[in-house]
Amino acid sequence: MKNSNKSSRRKFLNNGLKLGLITTISGIGLSKIAAKLSAQTANDSNTKMELMTMDGTLIQVDSSEVIEVAHSKNEDRKYNVREGMPNRKFVMVIDLAKCKNALKCQSACNKHHYITGEHAWLKVYKMQESEDTAPYWMPTTCMHCDHPACVTVCPVDATFKRRDGLVLIDNERCIGCRFCMAACPYSTRVFNWEEPNQGEITMNMQMKHQTENNSVEFAGMPSIKGTVDKCDFCPHSIKENILPHCVTACPNGVFYFGDKYEDTVTNGEETLRLSKLLIDKDGYRLMESLGTRPSVYYLPPVNRLVDFNEGLDNYTDFKSVEKSE
Amino acid sequence: MKKTDSLLLDLAPQKFGRIGIIWTWTLIIISLIGIVAYIDQVIKGQVVTNMNDYALWGIYISNFVFFVATSFVGTVTVAILRLTNNSWRTPIVRIAEIISVAAIIMAGITIMIDMGRPDRLLNLFIHGRLQSPIIWDVIIIPIYIVISLLLLYFPLLPDFALLKLFFEKKNPKLSKWYGKLSLNWTGSLAQKTIQAKSIQLIAVLIIPVGFMLQTIDAWLFSTLFRVGWDSTNMGAYFISGASVAGVGALVTVVYVLQKVYKLEDYITDYHFDKLGKFLVLMCLIYLYFNLNEYLIPQLTSKKEATTHINVLLTGQFAPLFWFVIIGGLIVPVIVLLFKQGRKPLPMFIIGLLVVLGSWWKRYLIVTPTLLHPFLPIQGVPESWHHYFPSLHEWLITAATLAMALLIITALVRYLPIIPIQRTADEQEELELNKNTAK
Repeated sequence: MKNSNKSSRRKFLNNGLKLGLITTISGIGLSKIAAKLSAQTANDSNTKMELMTMDGTLIQVDSSEVIEVAHSKNEDRKYNVREGMPNRKFVMVIDLAKCKNALKCQSACNKHHYITGEHAWLKVYKMQESEDTAPYWMPTTCMHCDHPACVTVCPVDATFKRRDGLVLIDNERCIGCRFCMAACPYSTRVFNWEEPNQGEITMNMQMKHQTENNSVEFAGMPSIKGTVDKCDFCPHSIKENILPHCVTACPNGVFYFGDKYEDTVTNGEETLRLSKLLIDKDGYRLMESLGTRPSVYYLPPVNRLVDFNEGLDNYTDFKSVEKSE
Repeated sequence: MKKTDSLLLDLAPQKFGRIGIIWTWTLIIISLIGIVAYIDQVIKGQVVTNMNDYALWGIYISNFVFFVATSFVGTVTVAILRLTNNSWRTPIVRIAEIISVAAIIMAGITIMIDMGRPDRLLNLFIHGRLQSPIIWDVIIIPIYIVISLLLLYFPLLPDFALLKLFFEKKNPKLSKWYGKLSLNWTGSLAQKTIQAKSIQLIAVLIIPVGFMLQTIDAWLFSTLFRVGWDSTNMGAYFISGASVAGVGALVTVVYVLQKVYKLEDYITDYHFDKLGKFLVLMCLIYLYFNLNEYLIPQLTSKKEATTHINVLLTGQFAPLFWFVIIGGLIVPVIVLLFKQGRKPLPMFIIGLLVVLGSWWKRYLIVTPTLLHPFLPIQGVPESWHHYFPSLHEWLITAATLAMALLIITALVRYLPIIPIQRTADEQEELELNKNTAK
């Protein structure tokens, strides 16, 4: 009894499956025929359409011939703000031997990123490791780490790492928890504690955003209240093959910028082989022991041509952003 | 049945007297002032706080950690005492559950106050990424809220049924509510079995969840590089600290309720004695972890660690640090070791001291570390080298504390704070034992 029950069920399932198959196939067939029929009826219309070809000449086509083409799917080749520029890996080298705290880098950065708060993205630290060692000036930017602590802890993927090495912030997504600021060992991130007063700039930038439609690349332009900002390696410039503002502004050629894959860095005046430079001049990275793997390399402050004390004139303990009243 | 009648007269929720009404209104006013301050903060931005790019977290975070810690009382007293069959817990478990519920709800609200963009709260669910400790918190806090509520609710079922009958004539409206909440409790054997099973399950469940909650809270800090947070000690340190904060809060609330509701017959010196011993144990464990946290880095004396610890031991934060360690831990241990110290009044004072110490302890965990980053603080306004909360921060924080007390007050007003049915059962059992002994 049980056996026959089972076999009948199997039979039923089998038949059902076949029936289903036939229905789908015939369904597809019917729809194809219907499509052909409808095309034929459309053929009768004698209206012409004017179209422009790829090279710009106007042609006339019977409207029945016009079929909508599916968009070609070259998403992977399209520029994606979160993926970055393909096959690039941007790095910076900062030569501490040349820095004399001229602060042109900082004022250029403040100007071009419309920084209106109290805290510059680029800072020049007065450093002295111990009493017996020489003091030196140390410019810092965002380290654009390859293993960024800030990205790891961000709860909403607002700060992200791109393939071209840049760590950027999506100010439209950031919830302002400041966990990334606590995570960053280089204290490089700044917060918009109040409505940033960027004036006309805000309007200009918003218009630019609408046309270019990639606000993330313009981190800090405009800044948004309650979100985090930081040095962005100037993607708006490097996309146009222009060096970041700090690099071009420095009168002493301290900053070198380049591509690790191309193995070259330049400060605008001289272009050097990155690997050779790092070996010859004993390059290092800040807090290597933390495992953050920064993209910014430092050359130690040796054989200095400049006097440390010259920089003291420019040094302000409590200010990094010049306020224009 | 007679037993419960006399108990009901004593233990059924009562209308507040004059003091109760003044107390409630005070809390409401403090909460409202805080809400106004918060609205101002949302409009102007967090510039109204004294936080800055270095002291990027302040008392909002330390207050949050305090609430999370206090909510641990539900796990400690209810679940652990229950599973270890400590029958002295009966008159205090419900109070512990109430504190737990109030604290964890306020923890959830407090963390949002710290957000720069509270309007983007939903991003946590739309774009949430599991690798971030904040998302772990987003997951665990609602779970803990639900479990705490269930742990409060299930044991209340028989009491709701009793209260429905009790208020049938006096206050039909209230009686109807109790009736609905009792879920048609009749006290049948089948219902009792289900209830007992459910409570047992929740009591077991709340232990791992409570531990996870505290540990995740600790990991919010220990997953970061900063000196003073980057410690493998943190998880256990937070769990033991939470036990201290929770039991301290429990002692304080139990004392107040005993006095206000004249529950001396139910909550006796015996219970305070037990609670006192429990608190000593928790304080000693916490002291042990404090020793690990501060002494060992001081001995190995890495440069950053000693800078950080010296700020606590002898520097800027020394008065607060020693108040927390001596006032909040060592003095309580010494006082509570004496039998006289475990009487209700000294216990109350000690409880207050412990709670106060616990609150400031969280401040000491959050703030000093942030003021000592790896690179020196340069190029920022002089005021960014320090942190002390602004008026807005104090008003808002006071409001969150007032709201927690308000939740406790509201629950105390409408729930029987001492389990009626269970007390009756236990008394009957006691008499039965006496009779058989004769």
